[in-house]
Amino acid sequence: MAEVVVAEGLTKRFNGLVAVNNVSFSVREGEIFGFLGPNGAGKTTTVRMLIGILPPDSGRAFVLGFNVAEKPLEVRKRIGVVPEAANVYLDLTVWENVMFMAELYGVPRGVRESRARSLLDLMGLLERRNVKARKLSKGLRQRLLICMALVHEPPLLFLDEPTSGLDVQSARQIRSMLRELNRDEGVTIFLTTHNMWEAEELCHRIAIINRGRLAAVSTPRELKDAFTRLRVVEVEFEGDFDEAKLSEALGCRVDVFGGKCRARAEDVSEAICNIVDYARTCGLKIVSLNVVQPSLEEIFLEIVGGG
Amino acid sequence: MVEWFTRIWAIAKKDIKIYYLKGPVVIFGLLLPLFLYLAYAWGRSIEPVEAVASIMAMTIFFTSTAVGPVIAPWETRSRTFERLISAPVNMAMILMGDALASTIFGVAITVAIAVFSTIAGVYLADAALFAFNIVASAICFSFLGLLLSSPPADTPANIMMLSSLLKFPLIFVSGIFMPIGKMPVSMRAIALLSPLTYTTELFRQSVHVETTIPTHWAIIALITYTIIFALAAVKLHERSAPKRL
Repeated sequence: MAEVVVAEGLTKRFNGLVAVNNVSFSVREGEIFGFLGPNGAGKTTTVRMLIGILPPDSGRAFVLGFNVAEKPLEVRKRIGVVPEAANVYLDLTVWENVMFMAELYGVPRGVRESRARSLLDLMGLLERRNVKARKLSKGLRQRLLICMALVHEPPLLFLDEPTSGLDVQSARQIRSMLRELNRDEGVTIFLTTHNMWEAEELCHRIAIINRGRLAAVSTPRELKDAFTRLRVVEVEFEGDFDEAKLSEALGCRVDVFGGKCRARAEDVSEAICNIVDYARTCGLKIVSLNVVQPSLEEIFLEIVGGG
Repeated sequence: MVEWFTRIWAIAKKDIKIYYLKGPVVIFGLLLPLFLYLAYAWGRSIEPVEAVASIMAMTIFFTSTAVGPVIAPWETRSRTFERLISAPVNMAMILMGDALASTIFGVAITVAIAVFSTIAGVYLADAALFAFNIVASAICFSFLGLLLSSPPADTPANIMMLSSLLKFPLIFVSGIFMPIGKMPVSMRAIALLSPLTYTTELFRQSVHVETTIPTHWAIIALITYTIIFALAAVKLHERSAPKRL
């Protein structure tokens, strides 16, 4: 499979601080590639270097076969971009926003309107086409940004935190649209997110970046397999329990999901003994106790050192 | 080339819709010359043609530099700048689009005043020179306005303050209130550094009022300033663009 994005040793410093440090990876044609990292890890800076709006201090990037530093306009002509926290033009209507992008991307006059109409229809915005973007909700503005990024039918789409700050329903709709775009239209998607669940659900491969350095590049499945040493002990108590005291007893962070406690442990038998001791001391009854595979989020926290 | 123009025109149309076709902006553009006339001619015995040349110069100067300087800080603040530069456009195209919108606004308002002046009896002795001067000056001052917005600010008021600091002194040294020929020698040297001086001189020549600078020199100076402002604006905006992200 052809590589549509290649990053070779990308490095960027701001005022002496290294934001992205010697990052190298590639994205294959037709895949959804997730770029994961906590806030400030260097995700947005990497995207900006890949789309040619921020020059790297060192390293090279190739997108769709073009050297980004040498041919930034050729690259941007062929890609769609939904920048992080970017906004639509609030004083233009939905229709005017899409048509403006169609003109900038050189969409032929004869197909501009039909393409804009079908995209707005797909994103559920056609009926609101004459509404000023100012009157749209955040979720609808995000959908409009995606329409604007797709109007020239790019084979490669860069999305920087596309569901960040959206309500659950809007985020789900956007994920579903992205999946359809990838599956039905064959659009390669480069997606940055700090939402592990989103990455696990959407992405074929993921890269984890932390403090500007690439920590891992793999499929979600392979990442989980690579962390076989890491086990999660899941326990459910009857009655109330003190999360902080349990964490202290186990000597690791405890997360609570749906009434169940999950603790990452390398020595499972020791963790089980500690849980039983804790329950006995506190007079708690154990309803269930299981050893399970870690979620991608737990692996991510292990890699980036969170918790 | 066609691609370039399509993109420049798209940016200009966007600017016109968002920044220029606003009630207050149009009213400002139309009322400004009236107030300038009152400020200039009230209580003074001045020939109407001389007044028209000066009012035209001030009108083209103020209207062409009115909105351009706030576009970049406004787009930075409203977070549309990153969306714009993620499209296949470079800084030269963006600034040409902004300058085109500003030029159209400046020319439209100045032409309206010219028509009104003609109806009021002012004779345009050299209509071609007059038309050339309106367009050339509008382009020149549009780029001057864009040059002023090159610091990576996201507060339009800060840029407007900077803009006013430069614009108002220029009015007094550019032969608008006092023809260059009547200025002391030291003032004359300063006047020659102002691009507005050449606009004023060309307007005076087109209504056949006495001038000091030969027409061809005024035209060359205006074109030179336009090129300098355009190149400097592109260079400085390119430098400040990463700070606007």
